[in-house]
Amino acid sequence: MSESLQATASARTGRRTGPFPTPARRRRYLIVVGVLLVIALLATYGILGYGNRAEFMSRQWVTIAGLRVESVVVILVVAFCQSFATVSFQTATQNRILTPSIMGFESMYVAIQTAAVFFLGISGVTLLDGPARFFLQAGLMVLMSVLLYSWLLSGRFGNLHIMLLVGVVIGGGLGSLSTFMQRLLEPNEFDILSARLLGSISNASTENLPYVIPVCLAAGVALWLRSRRMNLMALGRDATNNLGLNHRRELMTTLLLVSIMMAMTTSLVGPMTFLGFLVATLAYSLTDTYDHRLILPVAFLAGYSVLALAYFTLRNVFYAGGAVTVIVELVGGLVFLIVLLRKGRL
Amino acid sequence: MISLENVFKRYSDDVAIGPISLEIPRGGVTALVGPNGAGKSTVLTMIGRLQEPDAGTIRVGGHDVARTPSKTIAKVLSILRQENHFVTRLTVRQLVGFGRYPHSRGRLTVEDEQHIDRAIEFLDLAELQDRFLDQLSGGQRQRAYVAMVLAQDTDYVLLDEPLNNLDMQHSVQMMKQLRRAADELGRTIVIVLHDINYAAHYADRIVAMNDGRLTETGPPEEIVRGEVLSRIFHTPVEVVDGPQGRPVCVYF
Repeated sequence: MSESLQATASARTGRRTGPFPTPARRRRYLIVVGVLLVIALLATYGILGYGNRAEFMSRQWVTIAGLRVESVVVILVVAFCQSFATVSFQTATQNRILTPSIMGFESMYVAIQTAAVFFLGISGVTLLDGPARFFLQAGLMVLMSVLLYSWLLSGRFGNLHIMLLVGVVIGGGLGSLSTFMQRLLEPNEFDILSARLLGSISNASTENLPYVIPVCLAAGVALWLRSRRMNLMALGRDATNNLGLNHRRELMTTLLLVSIMMAMTTSLVGPMTFLGFLVATLAYSLTDTYDHRLILPVAFLAGYSVLALAYFTLRNVFYAGGAVTVIVELVGGLVFLIVLLRKGRL
Repeated sequence: MISLENVFKRYSDDVAIGPISLEIPRGGVTALVGPNGAGKSTVLTMIGRLQEPDAGTIRVGGHDVARTPSKTIAKVLSILRQENHFVTRLTVRQLVGFGRYPHSRGRLTVEDEQHIDRAIEFLDLAELQDRFLDQLSGGQRQRAYVAMVLAQDTDYVLLDEPLNNLDMQHSVQMMKQLRRAADELGRTIVIVLHDINYAAHYADRIVAMNDGRLTETGPPEEIVRGEVLSRIFHTPVEVVDGPQGRPVCVYF
């Protein structure tokens, strides 16, 4: 390198390259995190303490709050899974429209559940109850979705339109298959199945929480630790390979972790098509950075705030706590449409 | 040195590339030229291990690109494709910073920052370094991508049609900067070019391809001759003496 170049270069050193180009943006990020934390805490307090007549933090108060704390835990887990899975999935597939839910990850779970009852019958299913059944079903879903989506997303169908179409068709197809099998079930089999499938936040399958929480935490932490790799993956296959990361291996690992998290949230509360999309879109526009170490926590906080606020409002204002997923889906679907129409392309 | 030994890739029954055997010595600018569909980009991406050949071996600086871990190769060669579209919004400096990934695995050190500074200076991007890529013109963006591969600090730099969509001014500027990267930084640059005049003027070596095969290899003085070029491009090309005694190809 020539001397003059050396001189001008060293004159400029001291500049740092980070996730935020200016200090103002870093401040903005911290404010966003602060505001989201406040909203999250307020909503949590609202859920635990609203209409709780006992003195704050007294023994009676804690007892009443303890009855409600399960919902908070469920909201935490669902928000954590949906946000981490969606952001990671969108990065791995290099798009900001498709989400694991839209691509039919959850329909896969429903289909597997239904098939279990359909083929094994009640006796077979109840024989397998408990952790064994849970891990078997989750494992089966993870296996099948990794196989299906790694083939689909391997780049042979590089076109986003085709993938969206295929994803929607797979989702719809698996959905119809489940409906078809459900039609053929005996009434009491169907009864048991629908008790398992129709999850909502106030009626979640909480008996699974002891396994769900550690699995979610492990997968989420693993994703977060892969943030730097994901930053690279967002640049696409060629750039990732050029910079010395095996894109195929990274894609497979990310898909594996994503499908684990999707299996966990679906097993708790059932399918939620647009929550992940809503939360990821919010997180991108709130953080405005490429760094996943910063995007992922904000997506989680935003997801928790949205769900907790919706739950609080519906439960205490409209007395319809069970309808949270419906409302979140409505809002999420609207945002999806608006983003799609405003961008005018996929 | 880049060496290809009987490299072969089949696309379908009648479309195949190779077998190609080629040696590109260290240093200087080597231009890959040829008509559309001749296989220039395929050869370049195979050297850059973005595509795998069906047969044959490719060595870059002594490393077999198929066998050596991608991590190691990333410190030896960098490749820039034609189409670059990112979902994330990046500033020029952040993009160039990604070029340091093979060395720092995403944790930038002071030394990395110096490399980034130098690459940015080298491509005259200092004024633009905090602008977002979507706020730049096509030519500026192309320069930012090239700055990223230069920051990667590899001996070998492969570029797939970096002049695509650039106007006259920016094309000339880009070629001059690549020429300087070869002369002053000692990089070995392999570049796919469409316009034979750019190759004639800026390259040290021209490799001509046709129908998936190597047809001519040599310094510009040997290749830039009417009958040779007419054969390569299937079009009558006339070579006339331009200003400064340099040949100019006229083909329209």
